[in-house]
Amino acid sequence: MTLSTFCRASGTHVALAAVAMLAAIVIFPKVAPLYTLINVTLYMSMGVFALSLALLWGYGGILCFGQSAFFGLGAYAYAIAAINFGDTTLASAFAIGIPALFAAGLGYFLFYGRLSDVYLGVITLTVTLILFKLINSTGGDAWRIGEARLGGFNGIPNTPLLTMPFTGIPLSPANLFTLACIALFATYALCKRLITTRFGRAVIAVRENEVRAELLGYNARRLKLAIFVISAGIAGLAGLLFANSVFVSPTMFSLSMAAQVLIWVVVGGLGTLFGPVAACFALQIAAAALGKLGLIDPNIVLGLVLVVFVVFVPGGIQPALAALLARILTPPRGSPGHMREEAAR
Amino acid sequence: MAPDLLTAENLQSGYGRIPILFGISLSIAEGEFIGILGHNGMGKSTLLRTLMGHIVPTGGSIHLAGRDVTRASPAARSRAGIGYVPQGRQIFPALSVMDNLRVGAAHQSPKQAKAIIDQVIEDLPRLKPILSRAGGVLSGGEQQILALARCLCAHPKLILLDEPTEGIQPSIIEEMKDTLKALARSRNLSILLVEQNLEFISDLATRVLVIKRGQLSGEIDPAKLHDADLAGEFLPA
Repeated sequence: MTLSTFCRASGTHVALAAVAMLAAIVIFPKVAPLYTLINVTLYMSMGVFALSLALLWGYGGILCFGQSAFFGLGAYAYAIAAINFGDTTLASAFAIGIPALFAAGLGYFLFYGRLSDVYLGVITLTVTLILFKLINSTGGDAWRIGEARLGGFNGIPNTPLLTMPFTGIPLSPANLFTLACIALFATYALCKRLITTRFGRAVIAVRENEVRAELLGYNARRLKLAIFVISAGIAGLAGLLFANSVFVSPTMFSLSMAAQVLIWVVVGGLGTLFGPVAACFALQIAAAALGKLGLIDPNIVLGLVLVVFVVFVPGGIQPALAALLARILTPPRGSPGHMREEAAR
Repeated sequence: MAPDLLTAENLQSGYGRIPILFGISLSIAEGEFIGILGHNGMGKSTLLRTLMGHIVPTGGSIHLAGRDVTRASPAARSRAGIGYVPQGRQIFPALSVMDNLRVGAAHQSPKQAKAIIDQVIEDLPRLKPILSRAGGVLSGGEQQILALARCLCAHPKLILLDEPTEGIQPSIIEEMKDTLKALARSRNLSILLVEQNLEFISDLATRVLVIKRGQLSGEIDPAKLHDADLAGEFLPA
């Protein structure tokens, strides 16, 4: 599918996603048990996290192994700001702004230093692991920012829940579910829109051929930095939602978290947005089911899934399903439908 | 005589520690069509890439319309009015033809970009029926025309063309020749063409310069390129 036809189709995709979101908001909290509601809210936050890397890697061509650093930073920034200021609306802005600022600083050295993709991956992973180690070692009273104790490997269990703006009433699980639904849909619609703008086209052009894009007058480094910052902000938003679904802990910076999001994007389909979100949901549900059974470590299964997809379905779920659908819908050669299509062509 | 648009003086460049260009001086006037001829490995493409800023010169200077652009980035040179159609086309294969053109009109306002793209499509009508097709599925000739069109979308004053006929079928070469002639005339474009197709270069260029071992070694009358003996000297073995 070319970008133009994709853009035309994207309007339908967004409309369908909006209908699905509205249906979920109205029906799901009424029928689902509390445990399921919280779990699905958690999956939604992870869906936003998946979108952050789907945009950066799939459209910007930047393989960031350390997306979980921005995810964790968003959660910690929210928790620290909420504990200190008491106002969770302002804290939410910190959750998006701090990872974006951090990405701006890190990205400046990465992109303006002309580091190749491999080094970029290694450095982002290293930064994540440094943050993981650092946060893990912040146990004890000395490690606090204002009123907020960082809590070492225990994290910040007393993270204040998001409250209704101006009223201070904490959001109920159903409210949080609604918020997560809206955040996921808004992020999806934003990413869809972004890739069809001039900026989005330029980012895709840089992904396709950086030198060529520069020769056409684009500042490839600035474009890469911009998409890196946007993606970090989205990961921060996911961290904020995660912090409200569970609690803030150093595992958000862990290697398994960094790997998970990569697997969702590969399995869902690189260069797609819906695929990674679908893969994120499917793999988390599968991992939870496997964890309940206790027969095998879900991480081993997750690794196997990655290997299977890389070898047998390298394009990922979404392109594979689209190709299958196209094959089913295409009239057989020589049929009247085929002749009509040929004539139209 | 038209004023000089681009002037290169004692230009030296290379790849890492390997020098390729050894002091090239040339000037291109507004609306002038210059051809560069030379055997493989003599520095033709390196000259274009140095003029575009893809390779930073180790010596000498480049001025565009009187402005020193020797150290300017490729992006800055593109904005200043140099367009480059590289060897091998290098279109964006995943983008549609229309999106390739939109990407080319990077620095225009949306309204200007639309007007420029419409004009380019009018000048290169072969693109009209394939606007929604992905660049990667086009034939070599169509890709070459798209590469030229995308370059025109940036509204350049000078175009650097690197072997545009390479691997292209003869009918499209003829079409490209006519298009380039018409474009150069209607837009008063300056063109620097590196080419091994002698007929193509002799039909288009007003001056033909010969490059040998990284230096300009002389000038040939384009009409004489039809001479079999002279032509034999430049044809690949």
